[in-house]
Amino acid sequence: MSAVAVPKHTEVPALEMPRDNFLNDGYSLKSWLLTLDHKRIGILYMISVSIFFLMGAAFAMLVRLELMTPGGDLLTSETYNKMFTMHGVIMVFFVLIPAIPAILGNFLIPLMIGARDVAFPRLNLASWYVFMLGGTLALTAGIFGGVDTGWTFYTPYSSVYSNSNVILAGLGAFTAGFSSILTGLNFIVTIHTMRAPGMTWFRLPLFIWAHYATSLIQVLATPVIAITLLLMVLERGLGLGIFNPNLGGDPVLFQHMFWFYSHPAVYIMILPGMGVISEMVAFVARKRVFGYSFVAFSSLGIAIIGFFVWGHHMYVSSQSVYAGMVFSLITFLVAIPSAIKTFNWTATLYKGSITYESPLYFVIGFLGLFVIGGVTGLFLAAVGLDVHMHDTYFVVAHFHYIMVGGEIMAFLGGLHFWWPKITGRLYPEAFGKISALLVFFGFNLTFFPQFLVGYLGMPRRYHTYPPEFQIFNVMSTAGATILGVGYLLPFIYMLWSLKYGAVAGPNPWRAKGLEWTIQSPPKTGNFDHTPIVHEEPYEYATLEVNRV
Amino acid sequence: MSEAHVSTATAHHDPFVAHQFDDQPQQTADTHHDPFVAHQFDDRVQQKDAVTLGMWAFLGQEVLFFGGLFTGYTVYRSYYPEAFVAGSHHLVIFWGALNTAVLIASSLTMALAVNAAQNSKRSRLVGYLLATLFLGCVFLGVKVIEYKAKFDDHLIPGYDFHWDGPLANSVQIFYSFYFVMTGMHALHMIIGVAVITPLIIRAWWGRFSQDYYAPVEMFGLYWHFVDIVWIFLFPLLYLLGLHAH
Amino acid sequence: MIGKFAFWPDQASSVALEVDLLYIFIIVVTVATSLAVYGAIAIFTIKYKRRSEDEIPEQIEGNLPLEIAWSIIPLGIVLVMFAWGIKLFYDLSRAPDEAMNFNVVGKQWMWKVQHPTGKREINELHVPLGQPIKLTITSEDVLHSFFIPAFRTKMDAVPGRYTISWFEPTKPGEYHIFCAEYCGTEHSHMIGRVVVMDPAHYEQWLKTGSANAVVSNETPEVAGARLFQEQRCNTCHMTNGLMAPMLAGVFGSQVTLQGGEIITADENYLRESIVNPQAKIVNGYQPNMPTFQGQVSEDALLQLLAYIKSLSKSEAGAPGAAAAASSVVGTSEAQAATTDNQPAPPEHAAPSTGDPPAVVPESQPRPTEQPAPAAGDQH
Repeated sequence: MSAVAVPKHTEVPALEMPRDNFLNDGYSLKSWLLTLDHKRIGILYMISVSIFFLMGAAFAMLVRLELMTPGGDLLTSETYNKMFTMHGVIMVFFVLIPAIPAILGNFLIPLMIGARDVAFPRLNLASWYVFMLGGTLALTAGIFGGVDTGWTFYTPYSSVYSNSNVILAGLGAFTAGFSSILTGLNFIVTIHTMRAPGMTWFRLPLFIWAHYATSLIQVLATPVIAITLLLMVLERGLGLGIFNPNLGGDPVLFQHMFWFYSHPAVYIMILPGMGVISEMVAFVARKRVFGYSFVAFSSLGIAIIGFFVWGHHMYVSSQSVYAGMVFSLITFLVAIPSAIKTFNWTATLYKGSITYESPLYFVIGFLGLFVIGGVTGLFLAAVGLDVHMHDTYFVVAHFHYIMVGGEIMAFLGGLHFWWPKITGRLYPEAFGKISALLVFFGFNLTFFPQFLVGYLGMPRRYHTYPPEFQIFNVMSTAGATILGVGYLLPFIYMLWSLKYGAVAGPNPWRAKGLEWTIQSPPKTGNFDHTPIVHEEPYEYATLEVNRV
Repeated sequence: MSEAHVSTATAHHDPFVAHQFDDQPQQTADTHHDPFVAHQFDDRVQQKDAVTLGMWAFLGQEVLFFGGLFTGYTVYRSYYPEAFVAGSHHLVIFWGALNTAVLIASSLTMALAVNAAQNSKRSRLVGYLLATLFLGCVFLGVKVIEYKAKFDDHLIPGYDFHWDGPLANSVQIFYSFYFVMTGMHALHMIIGVAVITPLIIRAWWGRFSQDYYAPVEMFGLYWHFVDIVWIFLFPLLYLLGLHAH
Repeated sequence: MIGKFAFWPDQASSVALEVDLLYIFIIVVTVATSLAVYGAIAIFTIKYKRRSEDEIPEQIEGNLPLEIAWSIIPLGIVLVMFAWGIKLFYDLSRAPDEAMNFNVVGKQWMWKVQHPTGKREINELHVPLGQPIKLTITSEDVLHSFFIPAFRTKMDAVPGRYTISWFEPTKPGEYHIFCAEYCGTEHSHMIGRVVVMDPAHYEQWLKTGSANAVVSNETPEVAGARLFQEQRCNTCHMTNGLMAPMLAGVFGSQVTLQGGEIITADENYLRESIVNPQAKIVNGYQPNMPTFQGQVSEDALLQLLAYIKSLSKSEAGAPGAAAAASSVVGTSEAQAATTDNQPAPPEHAAPSTGDPPAVVPESQPRPTEQPAPAAGDQH
């Protein structure tokens, strides 16, 4: 086996893949599709989420291609509307919500707390099947001609006027929500009851704190979108009148109920990413995370406060002025914990011993993009300013900076960082760095011009636009192409590494954390003996300096 | 899929400790191959803690699920108080009250079932579980009667709805909430009936005792929750505007 | 300006400058903070590069004063942003008393505008410079949003209710109107232009019109009076108030409903009373009024509204009243002497986060601003 791009500190002769590990513990399809092993379930999610990501990205590419020119010359209006809707529905419900928790969370949480599996392995498997069912429904909506309501399904357009496959798409999202609830339930119980001896709450890795906070949101917020979508689907199917003003209904009630979930949902998306970054920044700097308890409590703070800001999506919806002011205040408050975390991560680098390996690139990439995403939220939180900016490309840029620049960058970084643990292989380091750079550069080129054209007034979900906005759109599409390459590359070299990558060994990065004390890939059941935890997290002071 | 074939070359192979348990002091020989503890748990205490927390977290989620409906109901009741009263008057209080009594009784039998399990009283356990099942089916039967009556009266929103007078649209909204709320509740009852059945079978086979009764207890939590939801539904749907008579 | 490339939108309204100032303030603060963070990251990454494989740095737990500082200071800064934001929002939501009222109805996929004189336009809005303009906005079908970037204003058009937006144009020119709430297939074609003209040209234009506009002698009040007759409203809403409530002076007044609740009769209440009369029955009356939902269009509803608003106490609902109002341009709400878009007064509606559709979210303010009940000839 040729070893390519082995980390430079290797002095040990070539390692061998462990004889028994969870990957070779049964090769049949049945052993995968009926697995109860959290690690295999994580892999199942990884495959399906990756496929959804590629589909969502394809829709995005069509959107950006159309927007290169002001006129509607590539797609008809109806098709374009379906493109951005499908992009949103797939990315939000089938990529962003599950990506980190269901892939990295499922894989790592039991490892990080010293458990053999999650609390409810069968429920875990069920969550994947429910997810796939939801995805099938959503894709069926696509096959039958798509849905054109926007991922937000606003009534009465969705429930009365649209001629597209709203019910299928709505049911798809509804179903995916239950997958999210089951995952969250599992994590809460696992983290509460299955920590190894000595693993007190304040010895938990921040990845765990982040997922705990995320799970609280998943369990409490998701049922509300479920019932909202159900009511919208029933209205559409039966002609009920709950959101239809012609029958006495209130279309704005839909918005309240929708955003009551969908705002906390964005914290479901970003909190796990922040957890990944906490782990990676500690590794990169070879230091404890600065202000550990502040970071932990900030995660909880974001989750809790995040339930009370939904009205900031509705400042100009006919919501009352006073309500808008209250939501604005709370929205500014929710920004503070995120700022605290960012400062703490930065401070972790201070007087660190910083490695220039590929995880650093992802950490810095995340910080660079997340800061912009976060501060642009402040503009939108200011009510008087949001009147102008609402429903323009400024908002589109803001949320893509957080969700893509933040979450996906963190996800990609985490995938790279834990790839050796998951697969037992090393990916080529140089390519990891190239991907991070391409994504960072491509991303900024794609989305920064959107802030400018948004303030100029270009509304979102526009198929055609005034010609004076073109230059910004061309830059954006150019960036999207580079971004696309940045995302495609990892598919190639990481799959390549499965066969040709160097064997990783238990701890190729020399990182702290229970997951790095066991073989790569781990065996089914994870630990030979339940570990007993004596150390604080990220106790790099006791790092063994000889390569394991 | 079990992981029975994981080998731990370095572990002392204690013939009295099954593979999935480690050899930590808290794992005593007593828990050797404990058939009541799933593989991912260390011991019964941990398992009980986990399922209890899991059920409560699940019920928390259910509160939010029904909460969305209650919120919608509250909003529309404040918009259209007369229509809600008019719609409510058309519901037959007798059936609603009967169902309320039935459910409360079923919660009693369920609690007694849990108690029986905790005291290893097998036949009493089976009896109370059967009573609970029976009462649950009575509830569902009454709902069938009520829904059929609505069908006959052309009060199915959207599908077949006729109401004389100008309040029609608002009354249709009332009935939309009536059907979705009671329908969701009935769905939860059906799930309860479906889950209690294997529970009865296992109880009959003597699987539950003071050493292991968590499934009965957890199901009891679920059943009580479904009962409580109905306690809220009944006055909000059936008892509106009675004082105005 | 339409068609002109720029990096910055035109500032063409009285609030645009302040909105831009807030924007720039936040830019400055956030750029400074971001650069500080980026700078720190860059410096630390370079300065603390790992020098040897076995290097273990000092494990720093944290620093409480630092945590407090970088929590409190950003909190203070964002509270400034918040305060400025709500001040702007408040201004944006309160039309001045002297604002002219234009009716805007959105439907898939066009904007229908009606001037106070009755003149109508489609997808265009001609307005006089320097005059505050209030828009009463609604939709005939789905959600839309009336957005004028150059004015920094935006307000959703919600079917089933009225929303209010206002601006004072300060710079002549032509500016984009965009629909800013996704509304279906031709959402991006639901655009138009606002043409700001100096007042003399505006008066001129009112009389002669343009290709896109319909010249009309019928003010909304006159059209409303006509509709009042055509729809037979007058048969029940007669002077004596026996069969149906009197409408003279009803707009802006306090109305007691069955059950004792007292509400203010604002635009949304009047509209609801026409399309869903059973929702709020006035105390002492039977629920006999039929619904006119589907029989009168949103445009017609706005005209009926204008007519009802024009009814002073002395005119007691008689159909001839509107003729006297036909010469009124832009002061048809003078009798209300109110700004219709103030937030709900505290003694009123439940502080729910979603306001009921029947009462305009920004409902009438204190009774002291009611028209004096003298038998005068107020218009």
